[in-house]
Amino acid sequence: MEHRRYLLTLRRFWAAAIAAEMEYRLNFVLATVTSLGNLAGSLFGLSLFYLNGATLGGWRWQEACMVLGLAVFMDGFSRTFLVPNIGRIVDQVRSGTLDFVLLKPMDAQFWLSTRNLSIWGLPDMLYGLGIVAYGGTHLGLAPWRYLRGVLPLAVALVILYSIWFMLATTSLWFVKIHNVTALLRGVLEAGRFPTPAYPRVYRVVFTFVLPVAFLTTVPASAVLDRPWGVSWFAAVPLALALALLSRLFWRFGLRCYTSASS
Amino acid sequence: MRHLLHVLRVYTAVSYADMMEYRAEILLWILSSIMPFVLMGVWMQASLNGTLGMGPTDFARYFLCVFMIRQLTLVWVIYDVENHVVQGTLSPRLLHPVDPFWRFFCDHLAERLARMPFLALVTGVFFALYPASWWWPGLRSVLLATLCLVVAFLLRFIMQYAFAMVAFWSERANAIEDLWFFAYLFLSGYLAPMTLFPEGVRRLAEWTPFPYLIYMPTRILMGQPTDVVHGLAVSAVWAGAFFIIYRVLWRAGLRRYSGMGA
Repeated sequence: MEHRRYLLTLRRFWAAAIAAEMEYRLNFVLATVTSLGNLAGSLFGLSLFYLNGATLGGWRWQEACMVLGLAVFMDGFSRTFLVPNIGRIVDQVRSGTLDFVLLKPMDAQFWLSTRNLSIWGLPDMLYGLGIVAYGGTHLGLAPWRYLRGVLPLAVALVILYSIWFMLATTSLWFVKIHNVTALLRGVLEAGRFPTPAYPRVYRVVFTFVLPVAFLTTVPASAVLDRPWGVSWFAAVPLALALALLSRLFWRFGLRCYTSASS
Repeated sequence: MRHLLHVLRVYTAVSYADMMEYRAEILLWILSSIMPFVLMGVWMQASLNGTLGMGPTDFARYFLCVFMIRQLTLVWVIYDVENHVVQGTLSPRLLHPVDPFWRFFCDHLAERLARMPFLALVTGVFFALYPASWWWPGLRSVLLATLCLVVAFLLRFIMQYAFAMVAFWSERANAIEDLWFFAYLFLSGYLAPMTLFPEGVRRLAEWTPFPYLIYMPTRILMGQPTDVVHGLAVSAVWAGAFFIIYRVLWRAGLRRYSGMGA
């Protein structure tokens, strides 16, 4: 019963958000073109390594493409589901309207995380999967091999969401954190290259401090069947721990929240 | 002229005081633009097999320069102008006996000043962590690079300001900037030294304004031979063209401007 109410609300939220975005259809076209330009550029940037005879940690061009594709997909995901909501959270904390959200007969974290949706990131998600398919096809991967990436990808999305929500929660103290979005993107950009392509120090940071490796390299290596030290099984407890932590952090933040101008 | 200089000084001082309120935000902005250091890691690792013609130290210096230059020539005026036009807050600025251009310009100048201490800190930490990369380009190179940096900033500012004029017609002028920004990222040398680019792309890029925004000052700082005259000439032509576009659009736009919310 309870979850049906949430599903219904979710549908209403997203229908309203999409309807609002439809105001700017021309911009959607522009966003598509921009994404395409970004994509071409990213592929170009990646190809510079291979054109000059270098490799990325021993990964072949097609394999590196799959990692890049996943990074583009993640970027699209965060621009569709995460980024549009963070601005709203910040505004609500600043103006005090967060109080109304807290009073609603609904989980506030759910409300804040799903209220908005932007279709601007959808082209990126599609292109990203396209590059993954390109890399996979050129490697002659059987279609069922992609299925092995589904669970690691889901885990990666949970990790990304948890980090994002923890960053969003900090707005309860620091109010002005619009640039947290930029910070998140910075983290994602590090995921454009296979983690083994980095020097040792970076690899340690990207595995144990900022879990960048788990966002793109781990799902890609699951599909490629290319073990490199960190199995994606390690990502499951990490994702669960982060999800739990983001929840606890939010509860802790609320206890410190004193509302605006009161 | 003297009156204008006085106004500019006051604008900058006011803006600087305002920035000082949000020092933490400036730090966050800087942290969110660490991409050059990520790229540095990948390129340093890739250079180990010796096919790139540049060693790890060269790449470290290159990307430190890219980071600094990018920080010092950062421009976001289109978002400001767009806000002021869409929300109608441009109106009070139009009543000032000074072209609104200068107020936006001074905001950028002041932000540069506020950023300096943080940049010095980043540089200090960088050399402390990697002392082998320390170098002193010589006074002549530093002065020449400073000149190029000023030109790069002015060029980037005038280009974006011209695009910002589109805000009089569209509510999301920044979509154009987004598109332009990708060309900037890929052709400015931000991703990699342009010596690694394919010949054709490099030839083409030489006639765009982009290489002179990052790549040329970086080369000068690294003590490599550079055709500064060509670079400055191309920059001047582009700046002139965009200045004309800006003036034409500004005149036409003001006539359309309705002062929303007034």
